[in-house]
Amino acid sequence: MNSNDSLHFQYVVSKDDFTHAGSASSDVKNKLKMMNVDAAAVRKVSIAMYEGEINMIIHAYGGTIDVDIYEDRIVMCLKDTGPGIANIEEAMQEGFSTAPADVINLGFGAGMGLPNMRNNSDEFNIESEVGVGTTVTMTVYFSS
Amino acid sequence: MPDNQKFFHSVYLDTDKCCGCITCIKTCPTQAIRVRNGKAHIIKEFCIDCGECIRHCPHYAKQARFDHMDALENYKYKVALPPPSLYGQFNHLDDINIILTALTMIGFDDVFEVGAAAELVSAETRKYIAEHEEPRILISTACPTVTRLIRIRFPELLDNLLPLKPPVEVAAELARQRAVEKTGLKPEEIGIAFISPCPSKVTAVRDPLGITNSSIDVVLATKEIYPLMLSAMKEAKNNPMEYCLSGKIGVGWGLTGGEAAGILLDNYIAADGIENVVRVLEDLEDEKFQMDIRFVELNACPGGCVGGVLNVENPFAASSKLKHLKKYLPVALSHPEDFPQKTDIALTDEITYEPVYMLGTSMLESINNMVRLEKIMRVLPGLDCGGCGAPTCKALAEDHIRGKGDVHSCTELLRRYYLYGEDAFEELEEENSL
Ligand code: SF4
Ligand code: SF4
Repeated sequence: MNSNDSLHFQYVVSKDDFTHAGSASSDVKNKLKMMNVDAAAVRKVSIAMYEGEINMIIHAYGGTIDVDIYEDRIVMCLKDTGPGIANIEEAMQEGFSTAPADVINLGFGAGMGLPNMRNNSDEFNIESEVGVGTTVTMTVYFSS
Repeated sequence: MPDNQKFFHSVYLDTDKCCGCITCIKTCPTQAIRVRNGKAHIIKEFCIDCGECIRHCPHYAKQARFDHMDALENYKYKVALPPPSLYGQFNHLDDINIILTALTMIGFDDVFEVGAAAELVSAETRKYIAEHEEPRILISTACPTVTRLIRIRFPELLDNLLPLKPPVEVAAELARQRAVEKTGLKPEEIGIAFISPCPSKVTAVRDPLGITNSSIDVVLATKEIYPLMLSAMKEAKNNPMEYCLSGKIGVGWGLTGGEAAGILLDNYIAADGIENVVRVLEDLEDEKFQMDIRFVELNACPGGCVGGVLNVENPFAASSKLKHLKKYLPVALSHPEDFPQKTDIALTDEITYEPVYMLGTSMLESINNMVRLEKIMRVLPGLDCGGCGAPTCKALAEDHIRGKGDVHSCTELLRRYYLYGEDAFEELEEENSL
């Protein structure tokens, strides 16, 4: 295997499944922990991905997460076919939330999802189209 | 106790009693047990001495190493350190002094309560919290099982460990000072014996974390001291001496939530039982607690130290008895300002990560091995039946990759091979992935 090959995993996140929320991020975290990845990077990945999973459950009726692990980085691509985001800039502001009340009562949806994802990744990209869905790509680099 | 030994373990297997039934492999929280050639083996790097295997082995083959009374023979002056959990072992008791007096009747010259030291640690914890305003959540270091678990599985949380000595070490230091003052003997002529509720605290003396050497000389087991004490208690009841130096806070440390109550704040979490401890640590690691918490108390045993496997009494009964005993005590009896002996409560050594679960020594090797692991996992049946002697199919695959096991020992695949001639590993063997 050379350094451009990656280790690929795919996770399916199902809608409204709060009890299993976080299972994908915790699986990735446990893999990274067995792989000489520095603790700071593991922490960033697990926070960013957990937020992503929760977001998918709250706003996007579920979706898929593709994870690629390279020698120096991890790339997480979260794709949903949900309602999409009309104003990305507004959604990226801390505290901005469109989560339904029942979700906020569960302690989620404080409007920190997207900003937390961005703050915990080294590269962050979001593309969204109303009625089509949202794709978020996050990269975290490992320190050697 | 002899010199420090890295990865020393109190918990061990009595090979003669083990029949290889695989009950224990499923109960171990760190997946440290494998059954090979009909006997259980403990992987010493993974074991955290939690005692779950002792709790669950139906054949009593899992045992704990500890010292016996004769280990005290060579000391001129012997001091017992009884933990609060010991007070919960006896029936019809209203006065802790009876227990302490009984200890002086079975061969000890003096007693120093771990609960008294616990009150000093509580005071120090309050001070530490007040002096450190940062939002970092502090995790208690009193249960050595939890500290050991964090050092092998939760490296990100090492910074959250409360950098204070556990009460038992503080008690040992203060007890020795007091004994020297009282007797004029040399420190090394004093024998300090802790009466432990669990194997984990035996290990913590031989292979301490956060301090270089333990101040405890001898670690006895509650279950071995208990029968000696029972007979002495009858006489002690008639004329109990006034020894007791611990109040509600100190005695409460034997129960889950007791240490947390001692910090006199209500923004804490207290969890007990090893599975719950793991869940809380996982959520802490992922920053899932979106609430104001300053302190996390974790006890590996159900109910706290009253649930330790070297105790005699049922943990829930012991817990009820401790609550009864502390009911009429003052909040605290030991205070740092006027306590006659002094010691530094801060930990002296850093507690560092032990990456025992690593799949390779470099990232590239780890990725390659993770690829192999995924391939092997696709072939293994996923029944987690334990037939191979590993707790899960994944554990067997990891053992294989680490060169510590062989996937061909999968009994389900052997069965399929025998009945249907299927060779599940053929493809992997051909492409050299095994
Ligand atoms: S003492 Fe605990 S960690 Fe060690 S082998 Fe037994 S169950 Fe596993
Ligand atoms: S909870 Fe107490 S008795 Fe149980 S392992 Fe931890 S220190 Fe020992």
